[in-house]
Amino acid sequence: MVLSVSGASVARGGIPVLEGVSLRLSPGEALVLRGPNGIGKTTLLRTVAGLQPPLSGTVEAAPESLVYAAHADGIKATLTVEENLKFWAQVFGTRDISPALDAFCLGPLADRPAGALSAGQKRRLGLARLLVTGRAVWLLDEPTVSLDAEAVAMFASAVRAHLAAGGAALIATHIDLGLAEARLLDLSACRAAPLAADDFDGAFL
Amino acid sequence: MIALLSRDLRLAMRAGGGFGLGLAFFLIVVVLVPFGVGPESGLLARIAPGILWLGALLACLLSLDRILALDWEDGSLDLLATSPLPMEGIVSVKALAHWLTTGLPLVLAAPVFGILLNLPAPGFGWLVVSLALGTPALSVIGTFGAALTVGLKRGGLLLSLLVLPLYVPTLIFGAEVARRGAEGMALGTPLALLAGITCGTIALLPFASAAVLKVNLR
Repeated sequence: MVLSVSGASVARGGIPVLEGVSLRLSPGEALVLRGPNGIGKTTLLRTVAGLQPPLSGTVEAAPESLVYAAHADGIKATLTVEENLKFWAQVFGTRDISPALDAFCLGPLADRPAGALSAGQKRRLGLARLLVTGRAVWLLDEPTVSLDAEAVAMFASAVRAHLAAGGAALIATHIDLGLAEARLLDLSACRAAPLAADDFDGAFL
Repeated sequence: MIALLSRDLRLAMRAGGGFGLGLAFFLIVVVLVPFGVGPESGLLARIAPGILWLGALLACLLSLDRILALDWEDGSLDLLATSPLPMEGIVSVKALAHWLTTGLPLVLAAPVFGILLNLPAPGFGWLVVSLALGTPALSVIGTFGAALTVGLKRGGLLLSLLVLPLYVPTLIFGAEVARRGAEGMALGTPLALLAGITCGTIALLPFASAAVLKVNLR
């Protein structure tokens, strides 16, 4: 068990969006979060990543095992592709960035400033960051935005290789990733009941 | 940590990084003052320590909103917050990088700008000492302000309003050290207080900055 969420309620901007979410991830497993816009997929991922606490319930993960990839890729436009990846490799205490460059066909772009990349190329750089972190559990928020079909296949094979190596992935997405082995979790059933503002102070937080 | 520091320094040096912006602003303020108050050298010599300190403080203020806002905009701050680096370390490194790219050049350039304001000769050494002791506090307090306002649209103005009152003690004692140095008076007390304020802010404020940043990232 690398990640376990039990009975978690999460809130966005002080308003509960999901309640009673339970999920478990074992090594080698991928779980795809589904649900309409605004259901709280991003909020759930941010909660699991530890950026915000759950309203109730628990999130348990092995320490230092999670890596989060948000909508924004955290790319510095004036650094080259290689410098961007090397920075994250150093932050996470790893060294080798060549597998990550290869997995997303970034080798020919390694010396290019990241600001000169197309949207899809930036996304590939953002996803390559996951490989240099060496973390076991990937938390991915709409990882395939602005990727073409070929890059989506690249991403799917990177996830598959990660799972085969004993990793796990929690993916929020709307499109079909071509990951037949991934389990699906539809969050529509966990939608939180609308809450009347009973807490006066809470209305201002 | 070192990776983050070297990245921030590299970003500051690259195009659009804003390195030298504070220095140029400092130069312009110092050049403009004689136009405003007149070229009388006695008057300039008397107000030089205060003007130099005020100019350095405003130059420092100019670049504060870049400390965290750029990382917040492109999403790096979220990713850093979920990385193995402790938040206290991140804000400390950010403050250090800000000081190295803004405060340190100001300290080194201040004697040159002192000439422009006819600063008396004994004052040069103490001006550099007071700025070297005081500017780290400006960066650390500024990082706290940046953490408070990160994520706000047009947060720069609010940041100035929040941070300027907190700069008052450093300005008072820093300018006092420079003034007493220029006039050849005893300056042990303001020097000790200036150093005390800087040490205190460096010791305490990173924890406060990390705490508010965690709340702001929710």
